[in-house]
Amino acid sequence: MSYANDRLLLANVSRRGLLKGLVGGSALLLAARWDLGLASETAQFGAGAMPGGWVDDPNVFIHIDSDGGVTIINNRAEMGQGIRTSLVMVAADELGADWDRVRAQQANADQDKYGNQNTDGSRSMRHWYDPMRRAAAAARIMLEQAAAQQWEVPVHEVRAEIHKVVHSPTGRELGFGALAQAARDLDVPGRDALVLKSDSELRFIGKESGLINGELVSAHPKAIDGEDIVSGQAVFGADVDLEDTLYAVVARPPVYGARVKRVDDGEALKVPGVRKTLRIEGTGQPAAFNPLGGVAVVASNTWAAMEGRRALEIEWDMAPAGDNADYTSDPYRESLEAAAQSPGKVIRQTGDVEAALEDADTRVSATYYMPHMAQSPMEPPVAIVRIRDGKAEAWAPVQNPRATREGIAQRLGIDKESVTVHQTLLGGGFGRKSKPDFVTEAAAVAREFEGQPVKLQWSREDDIQHAYFHAVSVDHLEAGLDADGKAIAWRHRTLSPSIASLFAPDPKHKGEFELGMGFNTMPFSIPAIRLENPPAPAHVRIGWFRSVYNLPHAWAIQSFAHEMAMAAGRDHRDYVLELLGPDREVHNLTVGDGWNYGEDPDLYPIDTARMRRVIERATEEAGWGRETGKGRGLGLAFHHSFVSYTAIVFEVEVSDEGELTIHRADIAFDCGPQANPERIRSQLEGACVMGIGIALQSEVTFKDGVAQQDNFDSYLIPRMPDAPRVVRVHLIDNPDDAMGGVGEPGLPPVAPALCNAIFAATGKRIRRLPVGDQLTG
Amino acid sequence: MVTLTINGREHELDVPDNMPLLWALRDIVGLRGTKFGCGIAECGACTVHLDGAATRACITPVSAVQGREVTTIEAMADDAVGQRVQAAWLDLGVAQCGYCQGGQIMNATALLKTTPEPDTQDIVDAMAGNLCRCGTYNRILAAIERASGKEASS
Ligand code: FES
Ligand code: FES
Repeated sequence: MSYANDRLLLANVSRRGLLKGLVGGSALLLAARWDLGLASETAQFGAGAMPGGWVDDPNVFIHIDSDGGVTIINNRAEMGQGIRTSLVMVAADELGADWDRVRAQQANADQDKYGNQNTDGSRSMRHWYDPMRRAAAAARIMLEQAAAQQWEVPVHEVRAEIHKVVHSPTGRELGFGALAQAARDLDVPGRDALVLKSDSELRFIGKESGLINGELVSAHPKAIDGEDIVSGQAVFGADVDLEDTLYAVVARPPVYGARVKRVDDGEALKVPGVRKTLRIEGTGQPAAFNPLGGVAVVASNTWAAMEGRRALEIEWDMAPAGDNADYTSDPYRESLEAAAQSPGKVIRQTGDVEAALEDADTRVSATYYMPHMAQSPMEPPVAIVRIRDGKAEAWAPVQNPRATREGIAQRLGIDKESVTVHQTLLGGGFGRKSKPDFVTEAAAVAREFEGQPVKLQWSREDDIQHAYFHAVSVDHLEAGLDADGKAIAWRHRTLSPSIASLFAPDPKHKGEFELGMGFNTMPFSIPAIRLENPPAPAHVRIGWFRSVYNLPHAWAIQSFAHEMAMAAGRDHRDYVLELLGPDREVHNLTVGDGWNYGEDPDLYPIDTARMRRVIERATEEAGWGRETGKGRGLGLAFHHSFVSYTAIVFEVEVSDEGELTIHRADIAFDCGPQANPERIRSQLEGACVMGIGIALQSEVTFKDGVAQQDNFDSYLIPRMPDAPRVVRVHLIDNPDDAMGGVGEPGLPPVAPALCNAIFAATGKRIRRLPVGDQLTG
Repeated sequence: MVTLTINGREHELDVPDNMPLLWALRDIVGLRGTKFGCGIAECGACTVHLDGAATRACITPVSAVQGREVTTIEAMADDAVGQRVQAAWLDLGVAQCGYCQGGQIMNATALLKTTPEPDTQDIVDAMAGNLCRCGTYNRILAAIERASGKEASS
């Protein structure tokens, strides 16, 4: 995992890249549609506004060996979204590298060097597409320049082709490897001299390939980690092989905030292989990314550590947990439902909602519930840490390498330069691995074993019971319709504990970034709107879960819009298209949102025309309006999130016995320009399956502060029989808008679309997730 | 001491009889392609072949596999059916994070050995015990059909 010493750097470091006498004669200057946001340090929006910003120095990202091997550094976490393939492919395409001679190398945690590495918020491609293209274009120009110098010809007579530079007038050629050394001595060209390839010159970017809706249309460029994965060679967090490794597991307080009162480790120490037990101090509440504390068992292998933990006798002190020890899901839900009956903090207001509700011909009202869930990536949290001579080295599957590095440094009281974090592959993340508590925990154990690596493994029980849970939510909506069924009033109260409760005294109200996930950004055109946020306290660690608060907001809003359409006696699609109103761009600031996913509102308005287009596409592809027959129905939902647009139509069947079969999903998706359509499809297919689990199965409940589910026999997630056999993804060809997110936006509309389909099939309304046995019971 | 035959090689291991094969493979033998996902036979990430049959290594004590053939994902490149399955997986871009996929491939290969031409229901039934949190099920299904010599379903 370290740089080979013989890698040739392309050029002297020139961070802001001054132009030095190299401009292509017939230069196609940077295509206007890619906003390059060149002022970075002071950027208010986008990649430049993220901690660490962006870096586009080819010396940082692109290495060429004298034998022609090209190594491209990937600075984002690979957790299944395919970024190691897609982002490396973007650079390789622009560079002109032969894909078979490209390898990816994972960056260690170093935001000063690599720019922002926090892989979160569906940002990797939308923030790194431009910098990686620029870095590769600069490298390509330097290779051309090196060739021109060697041949003593004007640079405009040479051009880079695939893995070589050609002098057309004489037919001479030099490979990238032969030019690498000379290119290294050149200055990096200035950004204003960069000439990106035109679309017709690209081989990979934006090109469809691979499996499209069940048909293998063409071979796709091979995935960077594909062969390693199918042969069992891929290195995930627990797979790093270090000599003398010790293995640890931790018994953590069953209730958030509780502490160890007394521990008897007599029996544990008798387990063969167990070396030692030790207490880990938690930091209490709020926990942030710190360990929960507890008792670690350290052994010569994982099994011995687990057996040792089983033999521990621990008495917990519940006093520091406060009322978390009384946290029980049913009464909590009832308390939120009761709170939803009273006005809350006003988030957005247009017109006089109460008056309009009074005037309404018909009133529609509903309350929706979504439970806690655990992200539960297939790879449970795990980390290896070795501490030696005051320095720490970690190997871990983390989404946020910088927070990991700082967490270890803080825990050990050393500076972050003394901490090296090697990023392994992630066996799924979904937000769980945005929180590096498990790595800090491993560091807390490793400090007791100078020089020896400690591999700290979470079991599935640990993962589910000590997740950073997706927030439980109650959403209460009321609408007024006039005599024609047209909406004249919309009142929405949303209640969820806030992720901010992790970092500060519980605010009990959602923060701006939470409300901005589809609540206040709701795009319907209704004369009177009031959005409120009554309080909801947190009693467990609340954290990001793929698409985060978009989940409950989309679930409630999209279900309720369907209820309104039914109350108005209208076709659901026609009705929501009317609710959207005339095509327009909604500026986030005009709807009470100051966040907009961190993006520039001028580049990324909420565009109702794009929303309409995905709705139309999904419904057309699904054959909306056709006769489905008894017990079958189509259901629609749509949502804007992470500056992309998704609409889904499900076709379902429910038998007389209440057995649900999901026959088909049609997903229309608009993320603007598509870097790697093959992986975009894969993300949407996967989100569809995960969303089905959210709708039908997944729930963590609490009793007296203790999670009641602990493994995949009680915390249910979808299996192959649960997935619809036909999932069709319809990508909207839209190269002209700004690039949007991909990993998360496919998820929010799944549950409401499925429940709307269930209603269409049965007339049964689902207002509480998961559906569970509500269809049979 | 237990003696295990893993991928055709004998290994003498000084471990307790009740240690699950999963941890013996990963921590003692150093074969880490077999993954830990649940520890209770609910996810299939730890699937190996025991005398050719798909078996959950996390609940199989080493004492139960003495004298039997253990085959892991690392040996699939040397297995005719395993190779076809791996190739189909790559052709169809099945994997997302990849963590479950070793177990999926082991399960799929065992299926194709006993049922060379499974129909869709055979595949769904056989694969129901293998979880994929990334949701790659339809690609897994299509890849098994492709490896079986049938075309991917549309
Ligand atoms: S780890 Fe064995 S089935 Fe999950
Ligand atoms: S590919 Fe990630 S769990 Fe299956």
